[in-house]
Amino acid sequence: MGTDHDHAHDPASQLDPMELRVRALETLLVEKGYIDPAALDVLIETYERHVGPHNGARVVAKAWHDPTYRDWLARDATAAIASLGFSGRQGEHMVALFNTPETHHLVVCTLCSCYPWPVLGLPPVWYKSAPYRSRAVREPRAVLREFGVALPDETAVRVVDSTAEVRYLVVPMCPAGTDGWNEEQLARLVTRDSMIGTSLALCPRERRRGEEAG
Amino acid sequence: MSTLTRSAHDMGGVAGRGAVGPEIDEPVFHAAWERRAMALTVAMGATGAWNIDASRAARESLPAAQYLASSYYAIWLAGLERLLVERGLATRDELAAGHALRAGKPVARVLRAESVAAALAAGSPTSRDARSQPRYAVGQRVRARTLRRRGHTRLPRYVQGRVGEIVALRGVHVYPDRHANGGPPFDEAPEWLYTVRFDGAALWGEDAETGLSVSVDAWEPYLEPEAAR
Repeated sequence: MGTDHDHAHDPASQLDPMELRVRALETLLVEKGYIDPAALDVLIETYERHVGPHNGARVVAKAWHDPTYRDWLARDATAAIASLGFSGRQGEHMVALFNTPETHHLVVCTLCSCYPWPVLGLPPVWYKSAPYRSRAVREPRAVLREFGVALPDETAVRVVDSTAEVRYLVVPMCPAGTDGWNEEQLARLVTRDSMIGTSLALCPRERRRGEEAG
Repeated sequence: MSTLTRSAHDMGGVAGRGAVGPEIDEPVFHAAWERRAMALTVAMGATGAWNIDASRAARESLPAAQYLASSYYAIWLAGLERLLVERGLATRDELAAGHALRAGKPVARVLRAESVAAALAAGSPTSRDARSQPRYAVGQRVRARTLRRRGHTRLPRYVQGRVGEIVALRGVHVYPDRHANGGPPFDEAPEWLYTVRFDGAALWGEDAETGLSVSVDAWEPYLEPEAAR
């Protein structure tokens, strides 16, 4: 997750006014006794290295593979997801949305940036941006086309605006040609965007780059 | 428009915001300061000096031009600074100095490194025990109220005044419109929460895309029976 984009030691960023402002704020809050700087390091490491869409991909792959789990996920997503070890902050009340040939779900937060952190990590910039937040509820098919997804006219588009503390995970349709695959193999077809609803799961021949078995 | 209280953050359906620009292989953070801004915000939230609804209210009440021109974590940072000052945890001169000029105010807890994992795993559930019957049932048609009051709300303007259908009951949850104000202690009096689905045509008229529906999660005080008007 972003490990090869680490700008932390980029000397140019040392002079950035935002960098200085945040350092000043941290110093102030430590001096006031409100924060433990070591806790900040753990928070950053958690969301930069450990929590991310690979968690959600495990949930989806298991739902594809195991009908009993799929039923549980449909009935009580919070518990079904917690059974895999993913729970807590910004995922306290989970609901799974199952895409079908008849219905495609797309998740947005028009008011801010609500997003299921335990299964997807922190949201990408586009999800938090004005274009996505304004247009997803008004012209989702146009937005989907910009993501390279052209849905048939017969497929209903259900946009889900996360306005409360319920957090939504889209379960994309399982691609064809995956008979006999195990959960680990299936998980490689599940992208972050397919769990937001801005894309579909990958076809077997386009598995996520750099994540081949072995 | 249907309400007087929309601010810049309430973006659903607003025109002229341009194309969505996904970034290939996007990093979690785009600068070192974004990491610290995220962590500072989460750690200060853990002190119990405010809650998530107050945090949202602080970000939303930034001047519209600033909100629209700022990057995401810059908004978080400005919201955090505002809360620190509003809640008496720091002063503007201290923010400017980057040092404490006075002793800190007591806070309920300080998040320590060793308790981060447990705190994140626990989260802050907003559901509460139901002590009333829900007013609405699945299948019922309801109108989202038109809000004119000031202050924090989670009812987006694009559904206000529109009729939709209750498609799910989500239990009883802390009501953000009250929870955002004051405290600690916070007003956690909960309300029933529903998912309400609106046909695209009910929201956007003849402009609506084929087969579109949009749902929001709405607390009971946001809703009225379809006929009431």
